[in-house]
Amino acid sequence: MRITLNGEPHDLAGPLSVTALLGQLQIDPRRVAVEHNRIVLKRGSFDATLVAEGDEVEIVNFVGGGDGN
Amino acid sequence: MDLLTIADKTFTSRLIVGTGKYSSPAVMVRAHEASGAEMITVAVRRVNITDRTKESLLDYIDTSKYFLLPNTAGCYTAEEAVRTARLGREAGLSNWVKLEVIGDERTLFPDNEQLLEATRQLVREGFVVLPYTTDDPVVCRKLEDAGAAAIMPLGAPIGSGLGIQNVNNLRIIREFARVPLIVDAGVGTASDAALAMELGADAVLMNTAIAGAQDPVAMAEAMNLAVRAGRFAFLAGRIDRRMYANASSPVAGLVGR
Repeated sequence: MRITLNGEPHDLAGPLSVTALLGQLQIDPRRVAVEHNRIVLKRGSFDATLVAEGDEVEIVNFVGGGDGN
Repeated sequence: MDLLTIADKTFTSRLIVGTGKYSSPAVMVRAHEASGAEMITVAVRRVNITDRTKESLLDYIDTSKYFLLPNTAGCYTAEEAVRTARLGREAGLSNWVKLEVIGDERTLFPDNEQLLEATRQLVREGFVVLPYTTDDPVVCRKLEDAGAAAIMPLGAPIGSGLGIQNVNNLRIIREFARVPLIVDAGVGTASDAALAMELGADAVLMNTAIAGAQDPVAMAEAMNLAVRAGRFAFLAGRIDRRMYANASSPVAGLVGR
């Protein structure tokens, strides 16, 4: 199945939870925020939120910055 | 004790610093320490999915010591900024945001119309909003009326190092502002920061002036001292300016008169 992950197509074996997706990507869930189909998820709902075919997922973290960019 | 209070938080330091443009994380850490800052701004960006070897910024910031202020740097519409602010809240677990909605690529001047819209929306959602704006007293008042927790007019364009360009506007903003006034952007060297504080700013926010200096750690310390010196001078109350000299020594008792 194919999803859009951070703006790029991304292939996955099948539907999975956000927690499982982060695990596959080796991303520490405590360091990121996740948006699923344009809804920002609470960290507590990573387990219960299922990512399915065609979904849009954004995973962001903090990077260095002050103003502008 | 002269404390800075913004919304429900109190700070001893009146210098807020950024995390961008440092030559290495180690230099950034030492500069942060030298700055004495308690609040640090960070940007929100997509995680690099293909290269997971890069270290995270948070590996270098002791969040028990520094309060993180996520920013919406690089956003060009209210919608983008609101979306980024919501993500920043989840990534950082605080409802504070340094709100930026840029309107022009070359000057990085804010789009004040979009900024106001985003401020209203985020205030409705319970955010503590610190908007970066131009040094326009009318816009600052509108932001305050929209519920901004502080107003953050620029001293000069972001990263320009030009210093305070419109002293009089900042004086006027200072006069009516009921929320903290933070001069954000444009500082080049210590005297710029001191001037902002002497004009009555409650705090100064900077990134490039420190990170881009030849010795960022030394400049951070200079800024730390300048912000404190400017604050003390403001509280002390400066003398009036006058056209002619006014001797400090008595005229009476001069030898030979």
